Amino acid sequence: MIYRGAFVTALLLWSLPAGAQSVDAGGPLYRVHCYPCHGQEGESVPGVSFRSGQYRRASTDEELSRIILGGIPGTGMPPTNLSADERRNLVAYLRSMHSTGESAKGAGDAARGMAIFDGKGACLNCHRVRGKGSRMGPDLSDVGALRNAAYLEKALTDPNDAIAPANRFVRVVTKDGTAISGRRLNEDTHTIQLIDEKERLVSLNRSELREVVLVKTSPMPGYREKLSAQEMTDVVSYLLSLKGSQ
Amino acid sequence: MKIQTLLLVPALLSAQVSFDRLLHTDKEPQNWLTYSGSVNGQRYSALDKINPQNVRNLELKWVFQARSLEKFETTPLVVDGVMYMTEAPNHVFALDAKTGRIFWDYDYRASKDARVCCGSVNRGLAILGDTLFMGTIDGRLIAIDSKSGKPVWNIEAGDPKLGYSITHAPLVVKDKVVVGVAGGEYGIRGFIAAYDAKTGKEAWRFYTVAGPEDPKAQKTWDGDSWKNGGAPAWLTGSYDPSSNTIYWGTGNPGPDWNGDDRAGDNLYSDSAVALDADTGKLKWHFQFTPHDEFDYDAVQIPVLVDANWQGKPRKLLMWANRNAFFYVFDRETGKFLSGTPFAKENWAIGLDEAGRPMRAPNMSPTPAGTLIYPNLFGATNWYSPSYSPRTQLFYIPSWQDSNMVMAKMQQKYVPGQRYTGGLPRAANAGRRGTRNTPVEDSAYGSILAMDPFTGKKKWEFKMSDVTDSGILTTASDLLFAGGREGYFYALDARNGTELWRASLGGQMEAGPMTYAIDGKQYVTIASGSSLFTFALKE
Repeated sequence: MIYRGAFVTALLLWSLPAGAQSVDAGGPLYRVHCYPCHGQEGESVPGVSFRSGQYRRASTDEELSRIILGGIPGTGMPPTNLSADERRNLVAYLRSMHSTGESAKGAGDAARGMAIFDGKGACLNCHRVRGKGSRMGPDLSDVGALRNAAYLEKALTDPNDAIAPANRFVRVVTKDGTAISGRRLNEDTHTIQLIDEKERLVSLNRSELREVVLVKTSPMPGYREKLSAQEMTDVVSYLLSLKGSQ
Repeated sequence: MKIQTLLLVPALLSAQVSFDRLLHTDKEPQNWLTYSGSVNGQRYSALDKINPQNVRNLELKWVFQARSLEKFETTPLVVDGVMYMTEAPNHVFALDAKTGRIFWDYDYRASKDARVCCGSVNRGLAILGDTLFMGTIDGRLIAIDSKSGKPVWNIEAGDPKLGYSITHAPLVVKDKVVVGVAGGEYGIRGFIAAYDAKTGKEAWRFYTVAGPEDPKAQKTWDGDSWKNGGAPAWLTGSYDPSSNTIYWGTGNPGPDWNGDDRAGDNLYSDSAVALDADTGKLKWHFQFTPHDEFDYDAVQIPVLVDANWQGKPRKLLMWANRNAFFYVFDRETGKFLSGTPFAKENWAIGLDEAGRPMRAPNMSPTPAGTLIYPNLFGATNWYSPSYSPRTQLFYIPSWQDSNMVMAKMQQKYVPGQRYTGGLPRAANAGRRGTRNTPVEDSAYGSILAMDPFTGKKKWEFKMSDVTDSGILTTASDLLFAGGREGYFYALDARNGTELWRASLGGQMEAGPMTYAIDGKQYVTIASGSSLFTFALKE
């Protein structure tokens, strides 16, 4: 529970820009009100999948908004006290979770995107796709089934805003002075687990560490200046095409 | 920033698990690299730090609590300090083997079409290179990256709608992953198949129910009965590199308790099969229970032993069977060398010179029912036995004196539905609730030490309730095993004396294993819905 609490807090602190699109404003609401039961991808309740646009008892935005307000009596779906604006933003966010390649902004060319990903983007230096590339960053083989176009574009332009708590890096120094850096996989009061730069799974006792620094920024460079708008769209289209092995 | 610089340095992979390492697990006993700890199926470890003198100082180091309440049948792998294990049905975890803390998990959600006779279970993984392999309850085989937990490929071995599933840990041989299918209660046509470890492409398939490609053996099935003949192969086989042969056990013919429509021996059900590892071609077979009407799957771990037989060195195959007989074969030729009962049975009056059972008269299921020893769960089952090259004893998790009234009925095959042709009842083994209340003629469980060279019982460790626990032996002559009562025991492997026990509170339906990190030996067993790891007090 500590973990989930930290996650929600981090997202609440993510300040909303003035005049934000309703989808952006709906994200934090989703994390607070929906995430605990529906999960990050909206697939944790049987028969409901926000990711694939599957709802059990609603089809229109108005019906969704009504259910968000009143809940579904006799089920685990509780009522909320969200305002009409908040509900509109939340519905927009729910709709945005259902996104396919066709709805990517400026639908790009996935094949060109792959060439950029493997070539000038140097993405495989940190990421892995279908068994190729480094395991230091998150494996992206199924990212197209998990993320929508808007999220991916944000991750490419502003990686610091998009890095998930589950993908943060950590730098530790042992009492004998050895420094180890890697992507944090898990931690608790007494231990911390990470994958280090040699792709080894490492588990450490905190009592044997002199220093533990959780790096809040993403080690990934922003691509706003490095890629043209078309190249960016191509890469997003490529990422959306990655649906995993099944 | 510094991390970014580090990331751009070409990644160095830590030592990969080559096939050569799998063949020489005796050289690195700190690891546990296959389901049975080696390709020979002995479940014997060369570790000896924990010994009969200090075993009383074992203490609990950590517990992994499964989220699933399904039976916990896994044997973990340990590779250089990282433990890979599965909780039911198909949830894979990488843990720090020293602390039990989680590195990653991969939760495969099986299709709702999956149908399993006896629990949505999984018994573990295989590894090659940096890839893990898992069979699934919906009939698939999945390759998973051992560093990240991400699936690499995922293929269908058998159609789950027809009852095909995979519950056992695969066996890696060279560049292939070998699995068999479960589904003997659903009228499947059983098979063992090998898949390319890199791509998942099927390399060969051996049908355990002989069909048109094997006309002579097909004649052992009346009419079209072979089409739904069962003979599943739901447990890991063994491998002999000297002859490049895979040894595997096959399950019961279907329908289980009514053989009327499948007159004949029903090859290759209830058999040991020796297959060429490159082609899947049958080298030899031995059928333990021809025309089985009792559900006596020959789904046990084939145990390969090189030892003197009647004064001459011989490559042996030892096999404690569900049908209550213990067998020894020459594994190069398949020649039957000996067979002796190790539990009460009444379906056969003995074995003939070739090892074929001589059936007792009138001992078949009838519509009214016939009392048969042992019961359908057998005198042993899939629970791993162990062979210690030090004591030269073969250790069997056994059910003694079990019986059951087996009744047959007519049943038509309907795709995807249970196809058992009978209704066993009135078993005298296994508790019926939270309490164990045995009576005078109840079955009981025992850890049985057999001298495989004489077929004689050396010692027996009796338990009140029956056992589904595998057995582990070590180079310090310790034996680890549990039972349904929730006790985990360390016995003296030489004489069966109890040296230590822990009350874990849940029945053990898995095999114990052992490993070491920084010279410290650990012992792990699943009990109830948790995985327990012990080591000596500091």
